[in-house]
Amino acid sequence: MSSSNGNPTRRNVLRGALAAGGAVMTAGAARAAGDPAITEIQTWNQALGDGVDARPYGTPSEFEAHVKRRNVEWLTADPVSSVNFTPLHELDGIITPNGLCFERHHAGIAEVDPAKHRLMINGLVDTPLVFTMQDILRFPRENRVYFLECAANSGMEWRGSQLNGCQFTHGMIHNVMYTGVPLRLLLEEAGVKTSGKWVMPEGADASAMTRSIPMEKALDDCLVAFKMNGEALRPEQGYPLRLVVPGWEGNMWVKWLRRLEVGDQPWHHREETSKYTDLLADGQARRFTWEMDAKSVITNPSPQAPILHGAGHTVLSGLAWSGRGTIPRVDVTLDGGNSWHAARMSGPSFEKSLHRFYYEFDWDGSPLLLQSRAHDSTGYVQPTKDQLREVRGVNSIYHNNGIQTWHVSESGVAENVEIS
Amino acid sequence: MSKFLKFTAISLCLCSPAFADGFGLGRPALPDEIAAWDIDVRPDGQGLPEGRGDVWTGEEVFAEKCAICHGDFGEAVGRWPVLAGGQDTLTDERPVKTIGSYWPYLSTVYDYVNRAMPFGDARSLEADEVYAITAYLLFVNDVVEDEDFELSHENFLDVALPNAANFFMDDRETTEYAAFRGDVCMENCKDTVEITKRAAVLDVTPEETKARQLREAVAAVKNTAPKADAEVVAAAEVAAEPVAKTADPEMIAAGEKVFSRQCKSCHQVGAGAKNRSGPILTSVVGRAAGEVEKFRYSKPLVAAAEGGLVWTEGELVLFLSNPKKYLKGTRMSFRGLKDEADARAVIAYLRSVAEE
Repeated sequence: MSSSNGNPTRRNVLRGALAAGGAVMTAGAARAAGDPAITEIQTWNQALGDGVDARPYGTPSEFEAHVKRRNVEWLTADPVSSVNFTPLHELDGIITPNGLCFERHHAGIAEVDPAKHRLMINGLVDTPLVFTMQDILRFPRENRVYFLECAANSGMEWRGSQLNGCQFTHGMIHNVMYTGVPLRLLLEEAGVKTSGKWVMPEGADASAMTRSIPMEKALDDCLVAFKMNGEALRPEQGYPLRLVVPGWEGNMWVKWLRRLEVGDQPWHHREETSKYTDLLADGQARRFTWEMDAKSVITNPSPQAPILHGAGHTVLSGLAWSGRGTIPRVDVTLDGGNSWHAARMSGPSFEKSLHRFYYEFDWDGSPLLLQSRAHDSTGYVQPTKDQLREVRGVNSIYHNNGIQTWHVSESGVAENVEIS
Repeated sequence: MSKFLKFTAISLCLCSPAFADGFGLGRPALPDEIAAWDIDVRPDGQGLPEGRGDVWTGEEVFAEKCAICHGDFGEAVGRWPVLAGGQDTLTDERPVKTIGSYWPYLSTVYDYVNRAMPFGDARSLEADEVYAITAYLLFVNDVVEDEDFELSHENFLDVALPNAANFFMDDRETTEYAAFRGDVCMENCKDTVEITKRAAVLDVTPEETKARQLREAVAAVKNTAPKADAEVVAAAEVAAEPVAKTADPEMIAAGEKVFSRQCKSCHQVGAGAKNRSGPILTSVVGRAAGEVEKFRYSKPLVAAAEGGLVWTEGELVLFLSNPKKYLKGTRMSFRGLKDEADARAVIAYLRSVAEE
């Protein structure tokens, strides 16, 4: 479409457009054949955009407005004590952006003034202490990437396929780089007495969340974090301080952390008796099921992210994680588990962090039954949902890490199903 | 050589064992500070304060402060937690997990009510009230049968909850991990594959569903009807009370802030608003009291409404300054807005919502 000397001229462009049947262009401009995204001048090609101070704290493009946390209204009585879900199907890599990390509050978001925030350590310690935020910032810090998964993630799926979208079936999880002080250093500062076997973190919000954590874990890898992905914790994630309990259920990661009590036995508070205990089929219940077992999910395609391009080369992508280590291997099946393929792991592999996997294949356009199966570094293999039901029944609510199945139709539409 | 040794010694000092004495950060917590925050109670009774309360008192407090969500007898309203009943249902298809049927320890009830209830007004109960509520919850769960039963720090440990023995320590390591590991099949693993369950059958996925659109459409229609009436009443009232004539955007914004901090946990406004612990407040300014459909008002409020109470700005200011004083026996467990300017701002905000 250029003239013989190589320079496109208005006349030649016009001629070419007419010859090709004529793509209509905006007023005053010439016509051209081909993709209007290329042949037309777009607003942003021409006009000036916002200057540097227009967006002092940047936000995503307006075209990404659909990428957001969503809740399931019928789940809870009130949004103040409720949960919403991370849009896993819209994300890639392993890090969850701060504004998309799912929220679970028991009394709404506490808006804490850091100048008035204190962290107290009391109980079986040599010296009960009070720290200001400035004190906390003077301890040595660590940077660690960890996933936080709610124990109830996939909890709506115990009786069968219920929600159409990995955001809703698996979205009570996020993966963040935390900056914080090892809990061990804070406890050592107060001096834990030899009788101190448990630690109880408490939140400053109106639910005053409490859980009992064994001292061994508290001294191992817990952090008292003040940054997430480099910036201050978001209010909905516990600003200015939250406890990080790597690999263990999210409820224990107390937000708006204001107190740590050391004791010689667990407290058996509401969130470790009435809730977060796993009722089995025989009426007995497991307590203190802290660790999150290995799990995976295919995020694309999935019900909220159908295949729109038709048959041909297709990228399948997903996430895998384990509360006991890394994920060296994920298997993927396209045919409901008859044959499995090794997925390609990509991105950093950290302990107790999300791992990203891909499987690229040439889709022939016939229906698919997609599953992923995670193997963790301890040799644990993600079980099927039926394997879990055999041991636990269907009333345990929590810790559903069974293999997820998506059915993809000829048209690329995906649905949450279970298979034989 | 000696320099090297010296250097090593300094390096060692920088390692964590050298900080056995700590970093010298923080300050000792004062006894009163610890007492202010250390409210936790354990099954062995550690942390229980002195106090006592009986079933009768508990019923009164519960009716006033808890029943709005949990029902008069702990049966629950809507999806709020059921607190009573459910005995012998733990092996049913749909177990009902309550204090009586599931919770292992009574101390958990005391601790939780004391730290987190009433919802939206935590830490407002006296120790005697918490003992009384706990006694009442034991009564409605048939754990105690004597209507005159009094619970106190002295007899607390004598009460055992029936399901305590049915909890056991996480045993996944022995019951699951051995089976969930080892070699996996990679080829020719199945003869047939059938779809056994489908999410589309249930269609409970939120957002952009037909059900949701329908709900929102219905809510929109409902909200337009009372709005017209309220505008008429509000207009009449504005004439009588020139103070509130102009809608000041700053005042409305201030009111919205107060509303979201102090009122929103119980009251909703605007399109799609629903009754929660408190009634919908859209168009409340200038409207007759007790008119929100399907909301269960307290007896005193119903009586006041029958007596012709209209929520004019003046009445609302008085009510909001001290709800319990204004209307003895109201279910609204809210201490009140001390600053009249806050109350007037909230009213301006409520008006602005009604006008939208």
